[in-house]
Amino acid sequence: MSVLITGARPYGEDAVDVLIEDGRIAALTPAAGGNDRPEADEVIDGAGLVLLPGLVDLHVHLREPGREDAETVATGSAAAALGGFTAVFAMPNTDPAADTAGVVEQVWRLGRETGLVDVQPIGAVTVGREGTRLAELGAMADSAAHVRVFSDDGFCVADPALMRRALEYVKAFDGVIAQHAEEPRLTVGAQLNEGAVSGRLGLTGWPGVAEEAIIARDVLLAGHVGSRLHVCHVSTAGSVDILRAAKAAGLPVTAEVTPHHLLLTDDLAESYDPVFKVNPPLRTAADVAALRAGLAEGVLDCVATDHAPHAAEDKETEWAVALPGMLGLQTALSVVIETMVRSGSLDWRGVAERMSGAPARIGGLSGHGRPIAVGEPANLVVVDPSAEWMVEPSRLASRSRNTPFAGRRLPGVVVATLLRGTITARNGQVGPGFGPLATSAVAKSPEVGAGAVALR
Amino acid sequence: MSRVDAPAAPARSPARADHRASPSVVDRASADVAIPGEPQVPPAGTGIASAASATAGPLGRHLLSAGDLNRSAAVELLDTAEQLDRALAGREVKKLPTLRGRTVVNLFYEDSTRTRTSFELAAKRLSADVVTFSAKGSSVSKGESLKDTALTLEAMGADAVVVRHSYSGAAVRLTNWVRGSVVNAGDGTHEHPTQALLDAFTIRRRLRAGQGNLDGLRVTIVGDVLHSRVARSNALLLTTLGAEVHFVAPPTLLPAGIETWPVTVGYDLDAALPDADVVMMLRVQHERMSGGFFPSAREYSRRYGLDARRVGLLPEPAIVMHPGPMNRGMEIAAEVADDPHRSTIVEQVSNGVSVRMAVLYLLLGGADL
Repeated sequence: MSVLITGARPYGEDAVDVLIEDGRIAALTPAAGGNDRPEADEVIDGAGLVLLPGLVDLHVHLREPGREDAETVATGSAAAALGGFTAVFAMPNTDPAADTAGVVEQVWRLGRETGLVDVQPIGAVTVGREGTRLAELGAMADSAAHVRVFSDDGFCVADPALMRRALEYVKAFDGVIAQHAEEPRLTVGAQLNEGAVSGRLGLTGWPGVAEEAIIARDVLLAGHVGSRLHVCHVSTAGSVDILRAAKAAGLPVTAEVTPHHLLLTDDLAESYDPVFKVNPPLRTAADVAALRAGLAEGVLDCVATDHAPHAAEDKETEWAVALPGMLGLQTALSVVIETMVRSGSLDWRGVAERMSGAPARIGGLSGHGRPIAVGEPANLVVVDPSAEWMVEPSRLASRSRNTPFAGRRLPGVVVATLLRGTITARNGQVGPGFGPLATSAVAKSPEVGAGAVALR
Repeated sequence: MSRVDAPAAPARSPARADHRASPSVVDRASADVAIPGEPQVPPAGTGIASAASATAGPLGRHLLSAGDLNRSAAVELLDTAEQLDRALAGREVKKLPTLRGRTVVNLFYEDSTRTRTSFELAAKRLSADVVTFSAKGSSVSKGESLKDTALTLEAMGADAVVVRHSYSGAAVRLTNWVRGSVVNAGDGTHEHPTQALLDAFTIRRRLRAGQGNLDGLRVTIVGDVLHSRVARSNALLLTTLGAEVHFVAPPTLLPAGIETWPVTVGYDLDAALPDADVVMMLRVQHERMSGGFFPSAREYSRRYGLDARRVGLLPEPAIVMHPGPMNRGMEIAAEVADDPHRSTIVEQVSNGVSVRMAVLYLLLGGADL
């Protein structure tokens, strides 16, 4: 099986023809006219399009096992492929929690069977994500799932002694602890960023200091024990300042920011529509500006979606009882183009680093986040940067509909995604030849992505 | 606060009701008052269809926040309450036929004898059919979602839903699922607009002879502002009506972003009293007393309670208000609560029925009196 991408611009630079054979980039040549091109089984017209390494998402919730009514590995994989991703890291807050080798292997195997993206499970730090004793981290590391990232995401590893031990312990297999930074005593009953909006709406505030205090503590712990710390979904200007200082001091910390925190602000809660409820909460415009600056600067290493599907009955409720979380996989690249590329804060090489190279390195995925070069695995995404599309929840591949971007026009349409040379998504459709799980996922929404194509 | 500075002006009907002869006009107790309202008189018993037409008038379609009212709408509502009050005064049968055939549902997820009874009386005095769902003993206590309950009420044809709920924003959410008017009767720690209206009505009667606005009056609101829907709604409404609102509270019981509110804030009650025209004491919920917001009930009472000595600091005409229910001896001394000269606490209750009648009347476009 060979694929030829004609005339696409790697990182937005000079147009090339890309020949892919046996899952790898076989040749990169300056874009040639019709007859001079090599033969291939499949040709993708990349004229005018940008070619990037396949995107890597360090933070998704695929809900399987336990909440298959909200998402499955198959439907989440379809959303990922359509969003330009070739690898996703699945958080362990499933039911049962992914705190044993058995559960992480199940998730990993489901990902392999679907085959649309590499699904890399994240293991829970503590048994049942209860924050009291370490899960069998080594067994998960040694399993077929080869777990290297551990997190109790959704909950903070709040006990400082337990966090210290977790950081130390994973050094044995070059693991990393991905911390959901939220001091629980400061966020009892918290519903929304603590500030003018929460005060006015009468919703219990989630103060930024609850995030910042944990990040400050954890960067010191990581430095003390010489372990890698990764900070999930950084949401405040104060957190960016602490991370900047920590990195300047040489502490071994990396951090991610979500697309929604790069674009949306807490005043959206005025509607009390829980589609805007997320944890950590949407913050202020000043925080958004600081997060964008931090991402441009590299204080924030990567973008991660925190893709969090929820069934309708968990969102069509009063704000206080709704589950927090937002869909993100199919809108992430577009939001980054909107917030970072159009403003000139990131060029396409910057996008490739923040959405592919850095997350692959942090998560220890050697086959992803590679440069576009001969001999590298053909994990690629072809993007039309000038096309715009309207986000329509019913047309997304996820089983859930809780996108906060419904009705927004966003720039950037994924034309094709390739995983080791196989086309996993093309023109808004999941690629041909995928297994029954993926087929059924797509059959649920036969017009997946069609809105995007129609607007091109 | 933007919601005070630029409230959305409710759409006004081009054809005002003031000079319209209504077929359902009955013996008017006070012939010189004309009640403005929705010009169209819906036929009785049309349920949803009639509610859907009730979109004009000073209130718009719903009453969710005191910020929904601009100054003229607020004054008009208070005037309407006065007129309804006068229309009922001296009548042997305390009933007006104006909402005959309309259905008002009281949906109470929180116990609230005072507010529930007040809304029931208001609707009944306007001859509406009233149904009350209390959380206890109905499907809402069996885990039915707010949405499903709303769809049920919708199917039954409620013209107005009066909702009391322990979660902020519940009334706003309800508007997504019912076509009738929604009246917020208190949502969590967010708002309680009809309480603010009855407070404004009471202040206006006591200090402005029941007319006009509240320009220049200084209202000092004392206590747990953080968790108080009464404080939020009063801050919005009283400033809209021209009053200056001053909050006095321990710093732990002030909400984040209070500096963006159209109020002034202090921590010293004694200092605030000499130039207050109105002092309004907020209830301290029992669960806050053990919540670590202040050291003890005794210390709270000493620093923020209104006793006879502090009442002595008030200027002569100043009044003392409390939304109830009171913790006597905690935020207010019994002798202050029962002071017939200063205390308006009992009047507030009876005024509550009047303003709630006005709210239902204006929302549902009742027939002329």
